[in-house]
Amino acid sequence: MAGAHAASTDPDALSWYEATARQRVVALADPGSFREFLPPTERRMSPHLPLFDLPRAFDDGIVVGRAKLDGKTVLVAAQEGRFMGGAFGEIHGAKLVGLLRAALTLKPAAALILFDTGGVRLQEANAGETAIAETMRAIVDVRAAGIPVIGLIGGRAGCYGGGGLIAGTCSRLAVSEGGRISVSGPEVIETNKGAEEFDSRDRALVWRTMGGKHRRLIGGADAFCADSVSAFREAALDLIGRAPAFDLATLEAEQARLESRLARFGDCRDATDVWARLGVNDPDAVPAMDTRAFDETVARVREADHDAR
Amino acid sequence: MESLTFRHTTKKPLPGSVPNAITGVVASGNLEILLERVLPPDACEVAIETPIAGYGAVWEAVVADFVARAQPGGLRISINDGGARPDTVSLRLLQGARLMEA
Repeated sequence: MAGAHAASTDPDALSWYEATARQRVVALADPGSFREFLPPTERRMSPHLPLFDLPRAFDDGIVVGRAKLDGKTVLVAAQEGRFMGGAFGEIHGAKLVGLLRAALTLKPAAALILFDTGGVRLQEANAGETAIAETMRAIVDVRAAGIPVIGLIGGRAGCYGGGGLIAGTCSRLAVSEGGRISVSGPEVIETNKGAEEFDSRDRALVWRTMGGKHRRLIGGADAFCADSVSAFREAALDLIGRAPAFDLATLEAEQARLESRLARFGDCRDATDVWARLGVNDPDAVPAMDTRAFDETVARVREADHDAR
Repeated sequence: MESLTFRHTTKKPLPGSVPNAITGVVASGNLEILLERVLPPDACEVAIETPIAGYGAVWEAVVADFVARAQPGGLRISINDGGARPDTVSLRLLQGARLMEA
């Protein structure tokens, strides 16, 4: 298997942010357990990119397959954020949708999506948008069948556009400090609303608005991990164990959670205002906190954990 | 896109029995290299797809140097280039050969 022989290193030392999609999958899974579906040797590449004189990737920027996680079978998809920003094209999307649909027959303990995406690939936008919709539908079916879908977010492309929408349909999300979750990215907001509204070059603003710590504090993500593959593995196992049921009660709880969040924070001008209102003693100190100090802060915030989603 | 293919005869097969490996990512200044042990033990083929046209002579030299150093007999090597510099290409090729020897 090509995937099994990609360069890999020790999960404790390997930075999730720096690792390739292939390295993440191989190091996340139990050693030697990953089996790739449609590996690079199959050469399932984009039929559209050559029309734009753009290079293709043998796996179209996503690695999908089956693996063991602590002895249990899971299905895994990992986006490669460095190939075209991890964006969804036709083949890329079809591989993810196919994997999720396969979960209905294979009945794994969970499906894991290692997001690293800017959204839809503009060169094949219609196919990409369709893939986003099909993925969300497939996730609903998988969750309805009682299989948790866990999103892991900590790559350099973050989780934006349609990827952000898909993340919103997952059972549970884990995020690291480097991870960002949103729909419109910083440049998109700036282009449409002006730099006075959102200065995309202001890194601190980007991270406190869309970054992992903010998402964790407001309950948008359910676990916050250090930037290592082993931390994401631990978080994934923990989240599989406490994924919510997918029923009317959960959906109603989610609706209520989002409504009360909007009512409570809708007039805030900055994430630090939100954190202050959440009861964080020193909001300005949050961005510089290490994982342990941040975990202690999260433990005191009521909104960070919930039964909804 | 420019497609280039170079065929070489090697003095010996690449050691090891790994059937295939992949290394690198198609990104700016980078490339991905897929190696497959599918050819006769004294043959090596390198097929390149690159968006940067007009560098055939440089590719030819880098590949010839790699074949002379690694003696990658038996390998079909496929490259998707993202505009990598020759030194990056050379390192990735050697990295790929090392993965196949494991």
